[in-house]
Amino acid sequence: MTTTTVTPVPPTAPVTGVRTGRRPPRKMTSVSRRRVAITLTLVGLILGALFAGAPVIWMLFSSFKSNPEIFAYPPQLLTENSSLAPYLAILNDPRQLRFFVNSYVVSLAVAVLTLLVAVHAAYAFSRYDFPGKSIVNIAVISVQAVPPITLLIPYFGLVVALGLYNTYPGLILTYMVFTLPYAIIMMTGYFNTLPKELDEAARVDGTSSFGALWRILIPIAVPGMVSVGMYTFMIAWNEYLFALTLTRTDDMRTVPIGIQLLMGQHSYDWNQMMAMSVLGSLPVILLFIFFQRYFIGGMTSGSVKS
Amino acid sequence: MAQSRQHKVTAAAFGYLSPTLVLLAVLMALPIGMVVWYSLQNNVITNANPEFIGFEHYLDIFGDSQFHAAIKNTSVFVLASVVAHLFLGLGFAMLLNTQLLPHWVKTLFRTIFVLPWLLTVAIVAVLWRLILNPSGVFNYLLVSTGVIDSPQEWLADPKLALFAVVLINIWCGYPFFMISMLAGLQGISAELYEAASVDGAGLIRKFFSITLPQLRPIIISMLLLDIIWTSHQFTLIWMTTGGGPLDRTELLSTYTYKLAFSQYMFSAASASAVVVLVISAVLAFAYVRHQRARD
Repeated sequence: MTTTTVTPVPPTAPVTGVRTGRRPPRKMTSVSRRRVAITLTLVGLILGALFAGAPVIWMLFSSFKSNPEIFAYPPQLLTENSSLAPYLAILNDPRQLRFFVNSYVVSLAVAVLTLLVAVHAAYAFSRYDFPGKSIVNIAVISVQAVPPITLLIPYFGLVVALGLYNTYPGLILTYMVFTLPYAIIMMTGYFNTLPKELDEAARVDGTSSFGALWRILIPIAVPGMVSVGMYTFMIAWNEYLFALTLTRTDDMRTVPIGIQLLMGQHSYDWNQMMAMSVLGSLPVILLFIFFQRYFIGGMTSGSVKS
Repeated sequence: MAQSRQHKVTAAAFGYLSPTLVLLAVLMALPIGMVVWYSLQNNVITNANPEFIGFEHYLDIFGDSQFHAAIKNTSVFVLASVVAHLFLGLGFAMLLNTQLLPHWVKTLFRTIFVLPWLLTVAIVAVLWRLILNPSGVFNYLLVSTGVIDSPQEWLADPKLALFAVVLINIWCGYPFFMISMLAGLQGISAELYEAASVDGAGLIRKFFSITLPQLRPIIISMLLLDIIWTSHQFTLIWMTTGGGPLDRTELLSTYTYKLAFSQYMFSAASASAVVVLVISAVLAFAYVRHQRARD
């Protein structure tokens, strides 16, 4: 994938794209050296995979165990009484299901609304020159460094004053402050890779600037928007501090808080806690596996210049 | 004519920016103003008639031994995590950047390496509480291999708790570093390495005279970003140790949270929150300046 086509992927996906395909020069004597190098690389990769993957595997297998087997001695991966019972216990409990519904509603709303606001701001940054542009730009970038804990206390005051305490809109608006700067920076970068002639041609044909954005740019920018949308969804799905502080009742709590509540209530139902953790991790892991290229593009754009 | 056109262009640009500007004004500028104002009152939110008391809360906080502990713990937590993220991230990225293995093998390993970062921090916390439990698998492995004599209370022992939360934070934080390093490595021209080979440079020589200098700007960006974000960590601490035992894992974030939502001292908490903001602002300034210099 290169930038010469009409649907460029950078800055969203250079990671898999930039492969040199270069192999080290082959000499007769280097065959055995090459074998040693491959073996050492594989050993390193496998050790790394154990470090990264073993806890996740442990979570997965623990989620099927019966509770007395959780701390069996010596520890076993697969136990005699492994079953789907912990999952059924979570899925048959309306209170737990509500946490998932809340997380989906809030995260999807944050992703969609963030994109909607961000494409317009990005359009202004990418296609217009106006006084104060660099100041607004710096403001958007700096906002990312504001500590959540600093905003928490005034938000608590504001959200209560506005009557948004313990509501979806209270959480959604809060999360957008953290997702918006990232989304604007990403989408501006993406629009910058699209040739200006595209929307200028539409403008010459009498389309308004708004029409050029929606009918020309946005349809081409879908890959970039998918990337930003997933990243935004993930930030909202994972958020804990504001969900903890700005909601009060079980019908408004999200999954991260739900897991904590499970811990407080039945501190010994480790299998159910692990089952809920697996269910709570699945959306993000599945998104990652199916859209790896977009995801990784999103992760790198902050620090790597294309 | 030209001037009125420029006015129209400016108006259109600000039109497109207006939702963003309104959100940032109401949910960023206003709250920051509020938290500064709160910090100068005797107390707010639970107090109907707050009184202006100036910098008293700041002086109280600077004299609070718990605040000193929080500063110290946050520094240790951030430095240890970030250094480990750098080494692990760079090491794994270099393994993944090998030309010796087929593409699908590298994709498989990359997916496994990214897994810890995909888990919600709340889930990471619960998972590690299970693993680090005194009768859990971590103790079993260390005891049976003879590394330690008897099972430890990793998260409840004052001598071990900070080490334990740093370990967890290293585990779930390095992938972000790794992915950026990988993108950086893939951006280094192969010709540089070929030229070095011709000059007879070995692997170590190539690493120090090509790889590191080429990655330098990305490494500095990532270090600053990671320092900022790691210093904001709250969930992991709150759900594993809650800042204990004996304040040994109290970070600035948990210290501030407790002042506000456990002790209802919202104004004192605001003063602490402003201190955290100033520290982050200094780091962010360094980051923005570095990014600008790269452009």
